[in-house]
Amino acid sequence: MTNEELKEYLTGQFPEANVVQGPQFVEMTVSAETLLATAGKLKNAKETSFDYLMNLTGIDYPDCISVVYHLESTRLHQVMVLKVKTANREEPVLDTVTPVWRTAKYHEREVFDLLGVKFNNHTDLRRLFLEDDWGYPLRKDYVDEVRIISR
Amino acid sequence: MGIMYKHNYKENDYPVIAEYEGGSILLTSLDAIANWARSNSPWPLTFGTRCCAMELMAIGEPHYDFARFGFEVARASPRQADMILICGTINYKMAPVLKRLYDQMPDPKYVIAVGSCTISGGPFFYNSYAVVRGADHVIPVDVYVPGCPPRPEALLFGIFQLQKKIMRERNFKKKNIKYTEAKPIVNKK
Repeated sequence: MTNEELKEYLTGQFPEANVVQGPQFVEMTVSAETLLATAGKLKNAKETSFDYLMNLTGIDYPDCISVVYHLESTRLHQVMVLKVKTANREEPVLDTVTPVWRTAKYHEREVFDLLGVKFNNHTDLRRLFLEDDWGYPLRKDYVDEVRIISR
Repeated sequence: MGIMYKHNYKENDYPVIAEYEGGSILLTSLDAIANWARSNSPWPLTFGTRCCAMELMAIGEPHYDFARFGFEVARASPRQADMILICGTINYKMAPVLKRLYDQMPDPKYVIAVGSCTISGGPFFYNSYAVVRGADHVIPVDVYVPGCPPRPEALLFGIFQLQKKIMRERNFKKKNIKYTEAKPIVNKK
């Protein structure tokens, strides 16, 4: 499907979601409660079989931390972007999408390690690179007096 | 072979200890032989952590061949290596490993810091929580090769500077010999 057709299909299927055309791909913003159901529907539907999770990263906004998923369909050769926002920055919690795409297991560990987002029902949520008592370095307000020479 | 005198070096060359008093002809010749042998076959330890490792691979390939200078036998084990070419950023996680590898190398051992990350932290000097600002915080470095990454020719030049540094070493010293200080080579005009 082209971007316009995909956008119309998604607005039809998910009326509460916010679907826009980004610079390159169609971007859909969903709420944190409907994340797992939306992901399951996106993978299993025949018109948009998004079976490949290309990328899972976190973005630090002033009021929340959002997580961005890049999805690709290997059968239909289309790409879309799925965005979710957490409620606040002090206790960011989201559902894990590991039941839908297994690769999210390590990506979510990385987001937990560097940004501090906890994922519910994750089988093995622990730090990937850093030590256990380190802060969350990719947050904008991360301060490290000893190691960072700031400019 | 032979003693390094001033007239053996061209004008733009690196200033060097060119003459010294004392030293019998036997010991200085032994020095020269040992230094010649060591400088013409320093076997590097394969230590590439980041992009400068691509330059290490580049000088190993036929275009900028380093086999013609004697360095091609790159050993993977530090027990068999003469020098370590630190190609790449040193993290806080990697620093104890680097120290351990350096400690495991037998004497005489030399260290070349390749690229700006190993000289001073490079592009990660500001605002990085995980980079050691320079490999000489961890191990003593002999030659610094600047660049990000340095050209293969620059890396080879850095290894040639190390060769000249090795040629200046004094391994067989008599105890009561007085050596003069290094004088820089002045333009003969």
